[in-house]
Amino acid sequence: MGGRESTLVLLDEKGIRCDGRKVDEPRRIMIKAGGLKNADGSAYIEFGDNKILVGIYGPRDVHPKHMSRTDTGILRVRYHMEPFSVSERKNPAPSRREIEISKVIKEALLPAVILDKFPRTAVDVFIEVLQADGGTRCAALAAASVALADAGIPMRDMVAACASGKAADTIILDVNNEEDQAGQADMPVGYMPNLEKITLLQLDGVLNPEEFKKCVETGINGCKIVYELQKKALAEKYFQNGRDQ
Amino acid sequence: MTQTVIDDLKRSQILELLEQGKRIDGRTFDESRKLIVEINAIPKANGSARVRLGETEAICGVKIQPDRPFPDMGDKGIFICTAELLPLSHPSVETGPPNPDVIELARVVDRGIRESHMVDVSQLVIKQNKSVVGVFADIVVVDYDGNLFDACSYAATAAVLTSKMPKWEMKDDVPTLVEGAESELPTTTIPVSITMAKIGNHIVVDPNSDEWDAMDCRITITTDSDGNIIAMQKGGHDGFTLDEIIKCGELSIKCGAQIRETIKQAAKGS
Repeated sequence: MGGRESTLVLLDEKGIRCDGRKVDEPRRIMIKAGGLKNADGSAYIEFGDNKILVGIYGPRDVHPKHMSRTDTGILRVRYHMEPFSVSERKNPAPSRREIEISKVIKEALLPAVILDKFPRTAVDVFIEVLQADGGTRCAALAAASVALADAGIPMRDMVAACASGKAADTIILDVNNEEDQAGQADMPVGYMPNLEKITLLQLDGVLNPEEFKKCVETGINGCKIVYELQKKALAEKYFQNGRDQ
Repeated sequence: MTQTVIDDLKRSQILELLEQGKRIDGRTFDESRKLIVEINAIPKANGSARVRLGETEAICGVKIQPDRPFPDMGDKGIFICTAELLPLSHPSVETGPPNPDVIELARVVDRGIRESHMVDVSQLVIKQNKSVVGVFADIVVVDYDGNLFDACSYAATAAVLTSKMPKWEMKDDVPTLVEGAESELPTTTIPVSITMAKIGNHIVVDPNSDEWDAMDCRITITTDSDGNIIAMQKGGHDGFTLDEIIKCGELSIKCGAQIRETIKQAAKGS
C-alpha cells in the first residue's frame, strides 16, 4: 500500500485504467444462482478473473452442540481458497487472512438474514475461491447473498458488495489485483440497497476526509450495479424468461 | 455416505433390479456415466480441468514451481497430487482435518498417476541435488454423486496432460524464471482409473451414490495407454473371487480406453 514504485500506468491521460476500464466502471460480472446438486442453495460468480463458488446448507442441526442458541439460528461462514487459485500455490490449510475474511463476511450477512424462526439450528455458508484476482471478499459476499436467497433463507435484503479505492490520486470503482498491489487505497464495501445499510466496510490505504466520502459513495454505487445483477441471477432461475415479477 | 434405513431399502431395490439385469439409473453394467471434461477452467493455474462424471464434479488445478528435491532423489522432479472434499459438496462433509476416506481417495488418485509415470520427473531437474521442478495437482470435489475415485482421477489426468511448464535457470544459485519459455509438461502416458462395485454377485462400473452406499466392496483399477494395469485398490467390507478380479481387470481396460479417448478429445480441443 501507499503507492509502491511501479512501472505500471494505473491511469492514463484519458482516464483509462490499466485494464481498459473507466474510473467508475466495474469489471465484467456474471452471477448464476443454483448449480450444485446437494447444497440447499448455491451460487457461482465470475467477477473479473475471480471465480467463486458458494454452497449453503441449513437450517440444520448444529455440531458441536454447544454452539447452538435457543433463541435463534446461527450463521457460520467459511471462506476458503483453493491451492491453485493464486499465482504461488497456497497451502490448503486455512490462513489467518481466510479466517478474518470468513468473520467479516459473516458479520456482513448477519444484518440481512432472519434466523430467529430457526432456533437451535445453523446455516452454513461455504465459500470456495477457485481463482482469485483481487476483490474476492466482495465477490464472495455478493455470491453468498444470492446463494442464501436460493436456499430460501428469509432475508431483509440482499447484501451487494463492491470495492472502491484510490489509484493514481483518483477514486476508482472495483479495484483489481494490480491496482490493489500498486494503488493507494482499497475499500471493500458491502451494502443493502433497499435498507440503505452498509454491512461490510474495510480500508487499507490513506484517504483525506473528502476522498473518504467520495470513496464510500463510489463503493455504494458499485454495490447498486452488483445488486441488479444479483436480482437478475435469481430471476433467471426462478421466473420464466428471466423476467422479474 | 451415511448409512440409514432408507439405504437398506434402496439396497434391496438395487439388488432386485440387478437380478433382472438392470441398474437403478438405467445404465448397463459396464457403462460409465456421461463424462464432461472442461480443460483450462482455472486460467491462472498452469493446467486445470473441471470434470463432471454424472453429477459428481471435481476440479483439478496444477501449479508448477521450483522446489527442493527429496534427499534420496536429487535427479528427479516432484509430483504431488492431493484431493479434498469441499464442505459444499455434500451435507455430511465437515471442515477440518481429512477423514480416512478422503486420505485414501487422495492416495489412490496420486498412486494411479505416479505409478503410471505419466509425469516424466527425470525431465524436471533444474540443478541436480539442488533444485527441481515441483508439479502439484490439487483436486477439490465440489459436488458428490458417488465414485470420487474416478472423477478425481480424470480431473487430475486431464489437468496434468494439458499443463504448460514455465522454465527456470540457475542464477546465483537461485532458480530464476525465464520469461516466455513455456513448454508442454513432459508426459508419457494417460492413466485412467475405473472403479467397480460389487453388489450381491454383480459387478457394476462407475457406481453412483446410491450404488456406492449399497455395495459390498469395490475395486479401483488404473490402466495406462498401452493397456497395462498399473495400480489397484480394493475397498469395502466384502471380498472378490479370483474370477471376479480377472473380469474387473478386463473391464478396466475396455472401459478405460473409452474414457481415455474422451480425455484426449477434450485435451485436443483446448
